Amino acid sequence: MNLAPNVLRLLAIAVAFGVSILVLIAAGSDPIVALGALVGGALGDRYALADTALKTCPLLFTGLAVAIAFRAGVWNIGAEGQLLVGALAATAIGSAAGALPAPLPAICALGSGVLAGAAWGGLAALLRVTRNVSEIIGTIMLNFIAIRLVGWAVHGPMMEQAARYPQSDLLPASALLPTLVDRVHAGTLLALLAALAIWIVLFRTTVGFRWRAVGANPRAAAVQGFDPNRALVSVMLTSGALAGAAGAIEVLGVTGRLYGQFSAGHGYTAIAVALLARLHPGGVVLAAILFGALAAGAGAMQRVAGVSAVFVSVVQAVTVFSVLALEAVRPRRGAHHRGGADGGGESP
Amino acid sequence: MIEPAALLLASTLALATPLLFAALGELVHERAGVVNIGIEGLMLIGALAGMVGCHLTQSPFLGLCAACAASALAGGLFGVWVVWLDASQIVAGAALNILAVGVTGVAYRAIFGVTGAALAVPTFEPLTLGTDNADFVLLAPLRQDVLVYLALALVPLVWLVLFRTRLGLRLRAVGEAPDAAASVGIPVARMRWGAIIAGATLAGVGGAYLSLAYSNTFAEGMSSGRGFIALAIVVFGRWHPLGVLAGALLFGGATALQFDLQARSVAVSYHLMLMLPYVLTLVVLVFAGGGSGAPAALGQPRGAHDEGG
Repeated sequence: MNLAPNVLRLLAIAVAFGVSILVLIAAGSDPIVALGALVGGALGDRYALADTALKTCPLLFTGLAVAIAFRAGVWNIGAEGQLLVGALAATAIGSAAGALPAPLPAICALGSGVLAGAAWGGLAALLRVTRNVSEIIGTIMLNFIAIRLVGWAVHGPMMEQAARYPQSDLLPASALLPTLVDRVHAGTLLALLAALAIWIVLFRTTVGFRWRAVGANPRAAAVQGFDPNRALVSVMLTSGALAGAAGAIEVLGVTGRLYGQFSAGHGYTAIAVALLARLHPGGVVLAAILFGALAAGAGAMQRVAGVSAVFVSVVQAVTVFSVLALEAVRPRRGAHHRGGADGGGESP
Repeated sequence: MIEPAALLLASTLALATPLLFAALGELVHERAGVVNIGIEGLMLIGALAGMVGCHLTQSPFLGLCAACAASALAGGLFGVWVVWLDASQIVAGAALNILAVGVTGVAYRAIFGVTGAALAVPTFEPLTLGTDNADFVLLAPLRQDVLVYLALALVPLVWLVLFRTRLGLRLRAVGEAPDAAASVGIPVARMRWGAIIAGATLAGVGGAYLSLAYSNTFAEGMSSGRGFIALAIVVFGRWHPLGVLAGALLFGGATALQFDLQARSVAVSYHLMLMLPYVLTLVVLVFAGGGSGAPAALGQPRGAHDEGG
């Protein structure tokens, strides 16, 4: 019963690569050279593998963020903004708390990123619950506000001492995450733990059951006494916290500082990750690794084959379209199931 | 005092135009019950297709035609998913945005080379109004290119079609109650197809305005969030063409004011000023009571009703 959808997922990935190869040919590139460079850049050596792990980490966090929100029927398009405010808060607190004894600065910075992300997600939930502002519009607007907030911070109060580039100073070493192996930081481990934690919450706790119940059928859930507004607020807080963690960990584990063009669209890629994963935490891990590898390989592909790195966006989009199409042709199980919201796991 | 106001009004109209095209496009979608958050991507596709078409033919008009064709085609792709396959409109729209970033980026690089040197193309020129005297500043708001006038003319036209024709009545019925509409013989799928193609084309024209009138070239990501502001303008405008016009002027005005203050080097952070339209959107929605007044069946795939029977 679980096999067929997974086969369809693999089929979707195959279709995405097929279409992407056609796009490469249409763009006048040699697909073998381009894809060879892509795979080499993602898996070719230790450096490439570390790169894939680093690119996977934020996608895993934001993919989980989107997956739980969509599960609860909440359209959080705002992982991007939640990630950015997480990065902003982590930078601010990380530099302020740098003098504290060893693990404290990193913990404070990470914690503040998580809280900021949760607040940004919670703000969209609040607008929806109290003022009936669609969370789609709310989260999209908050994305742009976050982008400008980061721009303002790195051009203004948080600009480096040298005042040369729009970026913050490097954080003190005490605020940075320890590395595990090569350049791979402890945040990747946290990402895997987060996937496990979200799996437990979704399938082994009442909160998770309510999220899924409200997402599958809000009316039936309300009849059972589940307040959809409470589910919406709690899932947006959690979703925002996960995306905020993604931003904080990027700062504390990879860049060491905030800069103007900080975001790489992880919050939007996360939608593709979550969907390919059938909104399942385990699936998110695999999908994040796939898209992380693509992101890692894209740079090599641009250097070697001259194909714009945004080619990866084509692969992502075609994957989403394929998943949606295959989901549509799959016979649905019941009148009230939403596509994608009915994947794996059991009720408690 | 009057002259700066005239100049501000002129730049407001110019900045409101792409928003107006895009928001009218989204309005047509939403009145038929379809949310398309891929308007941003459609604008990007229109901007590139318009610039490429104009580059090949050296005619801004033919460039505009290319933009219409490309964005209608991209809208058709969206339609296949949301009308035929009954897929989630939000997810399909998000995918359309991601696709547009990728396709325009790859195509631009493939056509114009790795450097992507800024290629200037001929543009729609402002109408001269019988006088070439640019010193006559008070006429500045009227000295616009033909696309600005087209956008303004579309407002009553869309109103007329939506509220004074049988087609518009049927379209709105599909957005309010698709099942009831189907039961009286209105072809729901065909109405939604029409709305999507027409709306996508309008969004594409909004994008082409950016590359063929507001500037004279294409830049990656040049729609820069306007498609998302268009979504907000439709809610702000209460799903009515006149409301949409007011919203587009408000947002165009806020942007124009920001450029103006910047030019006078008023000590307000450029980045905080850029934030203004988005904050304004949220504030307006908070006080306007959010989504009340939306078409009742907005965002619902037909399948949600069909599957029982």
